[in-house]
Formats: sequence, C-alpha cells, structure tokens
Amino acid sequence: MSEDFSKYPAFIHDSFPAEEGGQDDLSKPLLRVRDLRKFFPVYGQGVVRKKINEVRAVDDVSFDLYRGETLGLVGESGSGKTTCARVILRALDATAGSVHFDSEVLGEVDLVQMNGKQLKLLRREMQMIFQDPFSSLNPRMTVGDIIGEPMLIHRLASGKALEKIVTELLEKVGLKSEHRERYPHAFSGGQRQRIGIARALIMNPSLIVADEAVSALDVSVQAQVINLLQDLQEEFHLTTIFVAHDLSVVRHICNRVAVMYQGKLVEIGPTESIFEKPQHPYTRRLLASIPSPDPDVKLNFSEAVVESV
Amino acid sequence: MISDKKESVLKIDGLHVAFETDNGVVKAVRDVCFEIGRGRVMALVGESGSGKSVTAFSIMRLIQKPGKITGGTITIFPEGKEPVEVNSLGAKDPRLFDLRGSLVSMIFQEPISALSPVHTIGDQICEAILTHREMKKKEAEVLVVEMLDKVGIPEPQMRLRQYPHEFSGGMRQRIVIAMALVCRPELLIADEPTTALDVTIQAQILKLIKDLQDEMGTSVLFITHDMGVVAQMADDVAVMYKGRIVEMGTVRQVLKAPCHPYTKGLLAAIPGVGSAQERLPTISSVVGDTDIETPYPLRPGPDGRLVSLPPDEIAEMGMVES
Repeated sequence: MSEDFSKYPAFIHDSFPAEEGGQDDLSKPLLRVRDLRKFFPVYGQGVVRKKINEVRAVDDVSFDLYRGETLGLVGESGSGKTTCARVILRALDATAGSVHFDSEVLGEVDLVQMNGKQLKLLRREMQMIFQDPFSSLNPRMTVGDIIGEPMLIHRLASGKALEKIVTELLEKVGLKSEHRERYPHAFSGGQRQRIGIARALIMNPSLIVADEAVSALDVSVQAQVINLLQDLQEEFHLTTIFVAHDLSVVRHICNRVAVMYQGKLVEIGPTESIFEKPQHPYTRRLLASIPSPDPDVKLNFSEAVVESV
Repeated sequence: MISDKKESVLKIDGLHVAFETDNGVVKAVRDVCFEIGRGRVMALVGESGSGKSVTAFSIMRLIQKPGKITGGTITIFPEGKEPVEVNSLGAKDPRLFDLRGSLVSMIFQEPISALSPVHTIGDQICEAILTHREMKKKEAEVLVVEMLDKVGIPEPQMRLRQYPHEFSGGMRQRIVIAMALVCRPELLIADEPTTALDVTIQAQILKLIKDLQDEMGTSVLFITHDMGVVAQMADDVAVMYKGRIVEMGTVRQVLKAPCHPYTKGLLAAIPGVGSAQERLPTISSVVGDTDIETPYPLRPGPDGRLVSLPPDEIAEMGMVES
C-alpha cells in the first residue's frame, strides 16, 4: 500500500476488564504482555550467509489479557498476529520483552524466561486450536488417541480412566463416544475442528489461543463451531486469544479487539468502541473494506481502496 | 428477472452433472436452469459441495472423468454470431477451442496456480492473445501493456518482464484478470476470486472487476460463498443447495427478503451486528423441520423470483417486498 499507516501513533481505548466475560478476579490479568518483540533475520546470498536485515514480525506489542475475556487479534496476513500468538505460547522464542502469566502451579511467571521443564508444566494451562482441521490432526491416530495424547504426555491419566475422560469430552464438543475408534479422515471439516477443540480442552487449560479456528469452515458449520466455543468458554471459564482476519466473527465473539499492522499494535479496546468509533486510520480502512451482505449498504470503495505498489 | 432470450449471453437448461465413484453415482448438479443477461453480473452462492463450481466448470467443458454432463443444454450467445451449444461440441471441435479463453474465460481462487512460474507475465498474457487472434507478438505486447495498465499494475512496460513470484497475491490476481479479459470474452466466470485475499485487497479487486465490467460490458458469473461479496457485486443471484437451485432472483429480492428456508438459514448464520455475544442461528436451527430435501421445481413467486417450494406455500406467501 502506498499509504503507510505505521506513522500514526497507536490508539488505546479506555480499557476496562470485560464486563460480561469475567466471572473471576477481574483486577489481576491472566496475561501481561510487555514490549514483546520477534525479529526474524534475513541472510545474504554469500557463503557465510551474513545477516543483512531483519523482519520485525512483532514489534513492541503490549497488552493485558483479563480472566474470562476473549481478545480478538486482527490484522491482514503478514501483520504478525499469528507470530505474536505463537511467541506468547513459546512455540517461538521472543527476541525481547516479557509475557507474565498467572499460573496455577508456578504462580506468576515470565513465559519468555522459562526453561523446558517449567514450560512443560505450563503447557497444561495453555493450549492452542489450529486453523486447518486437516493438517492439524495425525491421520494415523484414532480420534480417541488424538484427544487423549496430552493426558498421556503429562502422565495424568491412562487406560480406562482416560477413556472415560475422552468420551465425556467428545460428548461435550458434540460428537459421539463411538467416534473414538475412528480416524480423522472419516470426519467433516467441522467435526475435525471439534476434535481439535476437544484435544485443547482435555488439559483443562486456563488460556486458549485459537488461531483462525473457524476461517476454514462454511458459514453454517462456522456458526455451529462459534456457538460451541462460546458454550465451552462459559463452562470451562476459558480466557481466549482469538486470532482472526474475519472481522464479523471477531465482532460476534470477542470482548476486546487488538488490531495489528506491520508487527505493531495500532489500536486496542472494547469490541463495540473499536467497531463503532475506530480511531486509527488503519482500523478505519480495515473496517471500511468489509462488504456488507445488505445490498443497500454500499461498499465505500474510495474509503476502502488504496492503490497498491 | 431476465427473460428476453435475445438479450441473454448464457442459457443453461436442465443441466445434470454426475460423478461416478466407487460408492455409487454422486449427482453434483441436478436440473440447474438459469440465464445471464448481457452485461449483467450473476452470483452463484452456496456452501462447499453445493455444485456451484461444477456448474461453472460445465460451461467451460472442463468436467473431467469420472464426472460427466448427463443431461441438459448450455448455450452461449455471442454478440452478432451464431449461438454455440457448448455440450454438443466434440472434443476436437475448433469451436471448443474458441470457447475457452475467447468466448468465455475464467479466474480462480488461487492466482498463483493459474500462472506459470517459469514464464514472464508478459509472455503468458501474450500467449492468451496469440492463441485466439491473428497478430504479431509486437502488436500483442502493446495490448498487454494496455491491459496491465487497466488492471492497475504500475509501470507495466517494465513489469511485463517479471515472473509471478515477484508479485504479491493481490497483484497476481490483477494479472490473472488481465489475462482473462484481454481477448474481450462475452462471459467472465469468477470462481471465488477474492477468497484467498485480505479484506483490504479484496475491496481493491472487487472494485477493479466492477470498473472493468462497467467499461467493457462483460457479463460475469460470480461464484462465491460470501454474501457480502454478492450484495456488493451482483445484479442477480442463484442460491444452490445440494446440486440444485433453491432460490433465484435479483440480489435485492433474495438478500433482503429470502423466501426459501435454506436461503434464510444461510443469511442468518452470518455473524452480524445485531447478534453480538448471542448464539448464532445455524442453518438447521432456522430450517427446523421444514422439508428442503424434496426437489420441487422452481416456480415463480409473487414478485417474480423463482423458488423451489410446494405451490401452495408459494401462494400463501403473498407479495414480498422487493
């Protein structure tokens, strides 16, 4: 885009802990992200492969995540939203910054500083739901094994006890107990996504990162999975980071929204104030680009369209 | 609705497409009938597996084994020329060659898979021209530059020599559009052309297709699952469900006041403004016990749209505001 939105300062709406979402202690955030950075090196062509540049995928991102809320992380492809989510979970190591997590077992810890052993303990409390329901499930494992595997890895249950837990979870996500013996290929996209959700929930985590969890689904299946996520969120008191590019889905399920652009957080605030009163020019451009399903609400092309380079 | 046959650019009548699989015959398209008026934009919407892409592929005669067109006619009416009945053409018929790229052209969801990675984009667009027109390469290149400029590629003279990997996703889709329109086809089939793009880039591409459509008067068949794209781009819309059309009319008729329970469900399932934080209606919750599986033939409703419902139900509906 010819217009560079990064010159505008980030806009932080009057942020309050989400009213509807929080059943627990609102004053203390579950997650405090401060000045988080992830830079990827770019190497030259030569034999020594000298580092010649770096890509600032996540650049000084700071925000709080309160218990029981759903924070939407939105932006275009390449804006760093997925990288940001992965760095928080330590699927990638941060370049700088801190991620304070209020853990049940270890108390308040900085995830960035944790070693392997500590991380393994913490993984019980934070889980991820992936976008692609096809590549995120091992085709050679039965559904029961896929969902139960985290319990085996953490040596929390096995045998008959595990079987019972898996069956209960299957029913919670809207599948049947006899599905345990089948393989992923026998399921539709929406059902597979339910399996992925069950696998994430078996550890009874407090933090869920859903990376484009419904974007690969058809609209009616998407509605079912969104409803399921909302039900489970209430039941399990989940705190969720919902990474998505579909703004209407985000508006539907998130309490707060954070907008990313070129690795930076440009606007964060309660969902309604972001959608009703967007302050940052990039957020405005992004919202103006959504085509409305109402033929009387015409897409404002002049607001939405910037000439590309 | 469009009824004047002379003014249609495409007419599909009773199209059936079936795929033979090990588990029996899958009827992907069942008795589909519609027309596209000259210069109009028609949208075909539905969920994955509803048969919208198979319908489009049939128009180009691109259905491959084990699929087969098992019935119906597809006719294209080129301006000032004899109508071409697509499905009666033999595999070696020169008119079939003419059909693909000259009469009808197609753009796809993934622009990268429609472009050759080892040829410059200039050569690829030139090829499209030289295949269908008697022309020297130099002359064709002038056309290419003109077309690239039209689709909004800056410095087309220079970028002509570049390869697809040197362009962004949005730019590649512009190149594919240039390639599709350079021979000035009667009909452009756009199969989910913006689904893989970011929302801001999508807005640019939609604007481009709209501008070019206005300027060149091309008729467009737009295949999408996004009701927002339908509302912004199309004049007419046909909703497909399990291989058949369940409702067809102008965009305003269908999107503003859907008649068929399936259309109602499809529209209600879109997360919207009013429903924030509440449970989303799903298609099955909206449809309920209503029978949408019986293939009632399309009948005209009170306002002229076509609906696949029992006659007494249509009569009960009365006038629906359009």
